[in-house]
Amino acid sequence: MIMSAQAFHHALKIQEDICIGCAHCMNVCPTGALRVVNGKARLLAERCVDCGECYRACPVSAITVEQDDFRRVFDFGHSVLLVPELLFGQFPEDVDKTLIMDALRQVGFSEVVEVEHAASLLKESTHDYLEQSEQERPLISAFCPAVVRLIQVKFPALVDHIILQKPPLDITALYYRRKLEDQGYDPGDIGIFYVTQCAAKIAAIKSPVGESQSYIDGVINMDYIYNKVYSTIKNQKNSFNEPKQKAPEALCPEGVLWSLTHGEADQVEGRCLAIDGIHNVIEFLEKVENEEMSGVDFLELRACDESCAGGILNPANRFLTVERLRNKAREQEKLEREGRRPQSGIQHYRGYLTENLALQPVVPRSIMKLDEDMTRALNKMRRVKDLMNTLPGVDCGVCGAPSCSALAEDIVNNKGSLRDCIFIQRKYEQKKIQRPDESYDIMRRIWGDNKLLGNQ
Amino acid sequence: MEYDYEIQGGDFSSAGFASSHLKKILKQIGIEPKLIKRIVIALYEAEVNIVAHAYEGRIHVEIEPGQIRLEIQDRGPGIEDIEQAMEDGYSTASEEVREMGFGAGMGLSNIKNNSDDLEITSTVNEGTELTIIKKFK
Repeated sequence: MIMSAQAFHHALKIQEDICIGCAHCMNVCPTGALRVVNGKARLLAERCVDCGECYRACPVSAITVEQDDFRRVFDFGHSVLLVPELLFGQFPEDVDKTLIMDALRQVGFSEVVEVEHAASLLKESTHDYLEQSEQERPLISAFCPAVVRLIQVKFPALVDHIILQKPPLDITALYYRRKLEDQGYDPGDIGIFYVTQCAAKIAAIKSPVGESQSYIDGVINMDYIYNKVYSTIKNQKNSFNEPKQKAPEALCPEGVLWSLTHGEADQVEGRCLAIDGIHNVIEFLEKVENEEMSGVDFLELRACDESCAGGILNPANRFLTVERLRNKAREQEKLEREGRRPQSGIQHYRGYLTENLALQPVVPRSIMKLDEDMTRALNKMRRVKDLMNTLPGVDCGVCGAPSCSALAEDIVNNKGSLRDCIFIQRKYEQKKIQRPDESYDIMRRIWGDNKLLGNQ
Repeated sequence: MEYDYEIQGGDFSSAGFASSHLKKILKQIGIEPKLIKRIVIALYEAEVNIVAHAYEGRIHVEIEPGQIRLEIQDRGPGIEDIEQAMEDGYSTASEEVREMGFGAGMGLSNIKNNSDDLEITSTVNEGTELTIIKKFK
């Protein structure tokens, strides 16, 4: 396979010293981005979409999510933490939002702002976008960065369906930076940080798609900040335990729900579908690509089950998080009905943000191509077809590739050998083409010394 | 390179299998995404036609460096008036088929619009044969 010159940033890292080469990750990866070599998982950077399925599957936590050094927060005179409302849904009911906000300020942030302040603005702009855009339907939200990357690599024909509007995070970051600059803060002294529930958001910040720059100065992982906040609160509770007066919050109810399944789809007019879970998304995109359906206007596609509540870095159970956020949304609705919900400050920057809402077109970068040259690709395809008749079709993964077809594709691109297949090895031994010790060496090359030498 | 698929009449749940399989191959060969879409739509329509109207059918695909050729043969009622069948919105699909979201009468014209060359021969009470050619350039 010809590699693109472009480098892809991935937030998921394999810790080789911890990896036991069990191939669990390889077997769940939806884009076939993992192999086992010398007893360790290896990531194929151009294929990975940072969905985090491997992270969930790893039994020894050898896959980690990188994050910025927390001390970077103190490099800025005025540091702002953008938090998804989900963060508050991680804590049990008795840990009040105001306590969490206070704790976040205590650990070093000058201000804490919910990302979803941008929801009301996005709701309106998406309405206009659907009315005005001549892009092919269904239009696909750019909210989930894993989905955007999935479309780039696996569904290149669908990149033109992506709604070219920034996600809430970027809009809120733009808003807050502008607001602080207007208040007279030195632009160089403003640091915007983000708490993430997943690896894909980190990848999106470190190597943005459809944007030339990121608006975020640092990323902090949800589990890390959860621990930091929880210990701060616990220590406080020991010294004093005064219930604080709660001021009504400005976040709109749809903002509270934005990152959950149906968070966007329920706010868009027309025929809208919400699909969560990366395998469900893939299944659906196949149908969209074949034009097996018509009349669908908008697709909300999220890589995680229960959308961002199911993010890999969230410490809480996703269903409990959803319950808490739904309760919160009801509270906000009540405030709104009673006319007590204060207006979000983002409204003052509506004009500026609307002007800066657009994303550049998303370019396809197919991982499917066997060769850049069509004639060569066709020849390789022929060989793949022949190999598929030779390989057992068991998809056992013993060759170090996730399936027989993945091995066949690796073979035609000189990245694997037919002899990596354990069935072929037996066949060759039977036919006296290969000696058992040669087979043994092949297995050692794939699975490493430990698995074969073992204890016996 | 050649691929063959067999299709059973009435098996709506399997319609799309051949087009999805072919789509993956075309992606691997590196055919331009927009072109893939046209080929896949044409084949999907042809699949649905067999499922909706015929008893059984087979699809034979030939991929060469410059073009793809799809031969779709079915055993079925055949088409009486091909010109009429090519018109947008003309359909002989049963109510039952329409209720399933098929049979809007766009099939053949959709195939034509998405191919460079379309040949149809049909014998009433025997079956229909389509040959679709799409050039890769």
